[in-house]
Amino acid sequence: MAEAQQVQARTLPYVAAITEGIRAVMLEQDNAFIAGEDVAGAGGVYGYYNGLLKEFGPERVYDTPISEEGIVGLGVGAAATGCRPIIDLMFMDFLGECMDEVANQLAKMRYMFGGAATLPVTMLTMAGAGMSLAAQHSQSLEAWLCHLPGLKLVAPTTPYDAKGLIIAAARDDNPVIVMLNKMSLAIQGEVPEEAYAIPLGKANIVRPGSNYTIVAIGRMMHEALKAADQLAELGIDAEVIDPRTLQPFDTATVVESVKKTHRALIVHEAVRFGGFGGEIAAQIQEDAFDYLDAPVARVGAPFSPVPFSPALEQHYIPNAERIVAEAKKQLGL
Amino acid sequence: MSDEISNEVLFDLHRRMVRIRRFEETAGKMMEDGKIPGALHLYVGEEAVATGVMAHLSNQDQITSTHRGHGHLIAKGGAFDRMFAELFGRATGYCKGKGGSMHISNMELGMLGANGIVGGGPPIAMGAGFSNKFRKTDNVAVCFFGDGASNEGSFHEAANMAALYKLPVLFVCENNGYGEYTPQANHQAIVDVADRAQGYGMPGVIVDGMDVIAVYEAAGEAIARARAGEGPTLLECKTYRYYDHVGVRGMGLTYRTDEEVEEWQKKDPIDQFETRLAEQGILSAEAAQAVHDEVLAEIDKAIKFAEDSPYPEPEAVLEDVYA
Repeated sequence: MAEAQQVQARTLPYVAAITEGIRAVMLEQDNAFIAGEDVAGAGGVYGYYNGLLKEFGPERVYDTPISEEGIVGLGVGAAATGCRPIIDLMFMDFLGECMDEVANQLAKMRYMFGGAATLPVTMLTMAGAGMSLAAQHSQSLEAWLCHLPGLKLVAPTTPYDAKGLIIAAARDDNPVIVMLNKMSLAIQGEVPEEAYAIPLGKANIVRPGSNYTIVAIGRMMHEALKAADQLAELGIDAEVIDPRTLQPFDTATVVESVKKTHRALIVHEAVRFGGFGGEIAAQIQEDAFDYLDAPVARVGAPFSPVPFSPALEQHYIPNAERIVAEAKKQLGL
Repeated sequence: MSDEISNEVLFDLHRRMVRIRRFEETAGKMMEDGKIPGALHLYVGEEAVATGVMAHLSNQDQITSTHRGHGHLIAKGGAFDRMFAELFGRATGYCKGKGGSMHISNMELGMLGANGIVGGGPPIAMGAGFSNKFRKTDNVAVCFFGDGASNEGSFHEAANMAALYKLPVLFVCENNGYGEYTPQANHQAIVDVADRAQGYGMPGVIVDGMDVIAVYEAAGEAIARARAGEGPTLLECKTYRYYDHVGVRGMGLTYRTDEEVEEWQKKDPIDQFETRLAEQGILSAEAAQAVHDEVLAEIDKAIKFAEDSPYPEPEAVLEDVYA
């Protein structure tokens, strides 16, 4: 936790840390405003805008119509003309409603204009399965966004990272999408009271280890830590890396780890086929092929939409047991 | 013609239209000659719309444009040399050769880009209007779009939000009767796009888009309304493009008749305006011709500048992806 000095660290849930991050941005940036569906009067469907309308007033916190393309366009047009918008896409699944504004306008405007436009947009969106919200409210679509030059993407899963990455996103002059995770909302952790930024593009070695590397995206980091404990009983000392920023991706930290451990497993909640883990695996084999003792392993969701029934959904979401099983297969244990 | 419009403004309107026409005719020829790569969507025939609107705007007022965007940039004050340089893909172009015709833009002039996506502009213009109000300026954001784009969801979301928040936005529909190659009657069940304004709670106004004075007066009212904090207006300008959706072929097309093109050309915005100015003794035919000649000379110089300009270095491909 080098980024903050921890003058006054308290234990907070992830959801409250999100609010603190947004609030810190609103306090330090006069030209920041919040716009999204149900963010003002209702405080957001998961409550992370609670209290912000009261504190900052209706001139800085806006409920919008249910118009995702309009919301992102509002962010693009306002950012290009001197504002620093914080926009909310209620569920990541709703990217389908606004993908033109995200992919063709927000991501590309600066480049298409020869660098003349600056788009400091922060977009918060909720991803992840686990609440029986079925196929259209549970996806993790980071692979869609990491494929778009011009965007940055962060995926915090601890309270500390949520606050620090939101502040870093808002201080950055590029469009940054903050991919939140709904099953992380109640996770508790220490959060300093001060405003602090976690550098974008810097992975976090959550658990140092010597002979196995697990790269875990988003909430899968917590499952990876549990898996590491189980692997320890088998004599495997796993290093767990949370990339935190997916774009730009911190290849160097991952490669350095693999050169030390000689084995790597990547886990994400998104569908495994075509998932971002494939890119990480490719990066590892490009930069550390001679160090690998086994093919890079990947754990992800099966190739199906997210199912509704808790019985199916719990089977669908990757967990510590699946990580351990895959690791044992790779290790020949 | 209104008596209240000064000769200075009339001359300005005339020159802006001539600048667009001559630039576009020249660019079309250069594309045919293989000197401009990619696709060109030419604005010839629609000059009165951009001109009549832009005459009311400062550099602090923003516009969003369409795939047919050269005319908007020229009317907003775009310089020919940097425009040709961009069309030629040179490093000195407005976008350093990264955008080309479909993304030509200039932030200093408040020109937030031509757009390769039909309907790409309205949400951005709405956002700029939101910003103008949020930052407590009296600036206006103008969104140019076509009858085709009026069928995109992005237009409906932007129009609703602009009206909801009473934003200083003007939606200018350049209804040229075709969504790309499909006649209006085959792409929407209405004749007047302005009818849609009522559905968002904003005024809808229809003008003759071939008459620069009619556009100038109607746009002036709508822009004054926006600056006064009274919200957006949808201004529909009935106009026509002489050439094909893309490129310079105008006649012998399968989806429209040559007779239709000829009928619209009888109402040519520049011919019509020059005749009126001559009849009223404001601008003689000779003086009008002198404007054309001056503009052509400026174009020659601009082409020279563009041709003499370097292409971007290969390393530039990775520049400006991020700030």
